[in-house]
Amino acid sequence: METLARKLIARAAGQSEVTTGDVVVCDVDLAMIHDSGGPRRVKPMLERLGRNVWDKDRVVVISDHYVPADSDETRAIQALTRQWVQDEHIDNFYDEQGICHVVLPERGHLAPGMFCVGGDSHSPTGGAFGAYMFGVGATEMAGVLATGSIWLRVPETILIEWDNHLGSYVTAKDMMLAVCGRIGMGGGRYQAIQYAGSAVRDLSMQERMTLSNMAAELGAQAGLIAPDDLTVAFVNEAGGTLSDDWRDYRIEIADDPADHLLFDAAALSPQIAAPHSPANAADADEFSDTNFDVAYIGACTGAKYVDLAAAASVLKGRRIASGITLKVAPASRQDQDRAVRDGVMKILEDAGAQFLPNSCGICAGYGDDRLAEDDVCLSSTARNFKGRMGAPGSRVYLASPYTVAASAVVGRMRDPRDLMGN
Amino acid sequence: MPRLWRFDETIDTDVLAPGKYMKSPLAEIAAHCLEAVRPDFAVSVGSGDVVLGTANFGVGSSREQAAEVLRHLGIAAVIAPSFAGIFYRNAINLGLPVFTLPDDLYQHPGLADGAELIFDFDAAALTLTASGEVLTLDPLPVFLRDMILDGGLIPHLEKRFQADIEEKGVS
Ligand code: SF4
Repeated sequence: METLARKLIARAAGQSEVTTGDVVVCDVDLAMIHDSGGPRRVKPMLERLGRNVWDKDRVVVISDHYVPADSDETRAIQALTRQWVQDEHIDNFYDEQGICHVVLPERGHLAPGMFCVGGDSHSPTGGAFGAYMFGVGATEMAGVLATGSIWLRVPETILIEWDNHLGSYVTAKDMMLAVCGRIGMGGGRYQAIQYAGSAVRDLSMQERMTLSNMAAELGAQAGLIAPDDLTVAFVNEAGGTLSDDWRDYRIEIADDPADHLLFDAAALSPQIAAPHSPANAADADEFSDTNFDVAYIGACTGAKYVDLAAAASVLKGRRIASGITLKVAPASRQDQDRAVRDGVMKILEDAGAQFLPNSCGICAGYGDDRLAEDDVCLSSTARNFKGRMGAPGSRVYLASPYTVAASAVVGRMRDPRDLMGN
Repeated sequence: MPRLWRFDETIDTDVLAPGKYMKSPLAEIAAHCLEAVRPDFAVSVGSGDVVLGTANFGVGSSREQAAEVLRHLGIAAVIAPSFAGIFYRNAINLGLPVFTLPDDLYQHPGLADGAELIFDFDAAALTLTASGEVLTLDPLPVFLRDMILDGGLIPHLEKRFQADIEEKGVS
């Protein structure tokens, strides 16, 4: 039986169908790179090959990791990025406009049916738009940029089905932490995940992006969601181009891939994952009253407009507890502007939030703003590996923006429903 | 005589290329390859040696150095019941032979740590020196085999572009 993953791969491979385990060569519709893994790494390899990018209009460059550039080394990386973009005549360059996985769809670069690669491990985010998108290393990216194609072993498919509907203050982030808790970080074994079910269809596009984004935490290659009217509305508003056949990219639950995991959204509680793995997730209740110092609303996973609005709905008319620092790094300039317009940023500010630039910020731990030794952070990001966000002795717990905001108000970790009543 | 290095624990990218040395040159990272589980590995390993691991070999980050160090140390092939996806791709793109093997073969008593053997890339097979027995691994798809033979993706593309130039008579 056809799965959405195989349909997308077959299209890119120019075949009527493909079989799991086949190695095929696919045409790439779009390649995205950022300042860290991008120009500075691929430039020497392209020079060795004597090639320029195969199609400048299919390459998108986004500076987000070394933003703000706060050292000579990072300023040099930004300068190299800007120069390379000019040399290659690439128009699709977003310089300090936000995090790549969020900027890419908001500027209309993704649409159902596409086959895309990204030079970043959270590239499965693109799957939320019904596109096959996955992350590659710098050598592979150089190959893609030189040829416009890439080899792929057609992966097995896992179906993750969410029945029923989420309760109040329970989000896509909680869904993913629960899946990580159940099947672990190697649970994806480089398969293509397909998300389906009523609770997935209920989600806004930005929440769907969180599901696809964290397919990376499961060890999957891709995290696909079938396009629907919401997808179409998003793509149109972003100025993207829809192909007529977008309705063909469906997920049939009856296709029944070998692995089919069923979850009940109605039974899901807000989740918290303890250091140092997303797989250490459990009901937020189990961490009730755990101390922490820094509340972080950031990253492609947890600081999109919907995430900022979720935090604001908890923080409205409240202030964070003394002893807690709340840092917010809105995922993109566009999302931040929207949050300014409708008062979300004002609510966060009045609650005591400090704002960071629209970039990877503390999530990547690349800049000066990092966690200090012994800091305990409750974070809306995707990963809590040891030392990732700062000093080796820092500890990171993962949760949804609701849970981070409510815990910041209480001063201890909490199920947001305790604060908000339910 | 080349030997087998058998690992019965999960080998992740941090064990292969420890984060602490990631800023250093490749040779330095390689000197610490697998030291967390086998301190003598980097100093004792010889050209032609084979690594046998457990399922999901190379799980972890996307760092290419995890595969690059094994090639640098002269490992002829990495063999495991299964590989983490990004590691598998990186290995092939860097020209490091990676092969899966069927479960019953994985249980073969001849595949003990330290066993002397010869790896044959073309035949995708191991010959056990002690018994002379030939163990056949899962064959690689031709496309991937050719890429490894060329030394990885970049040399493979160099060769392809060169062929294009010769064919068309232009540069
Ligand atoms: S915000 Fe974090 S997870 Fe997202 S791309 Fe940046 S570093 Fe990666």
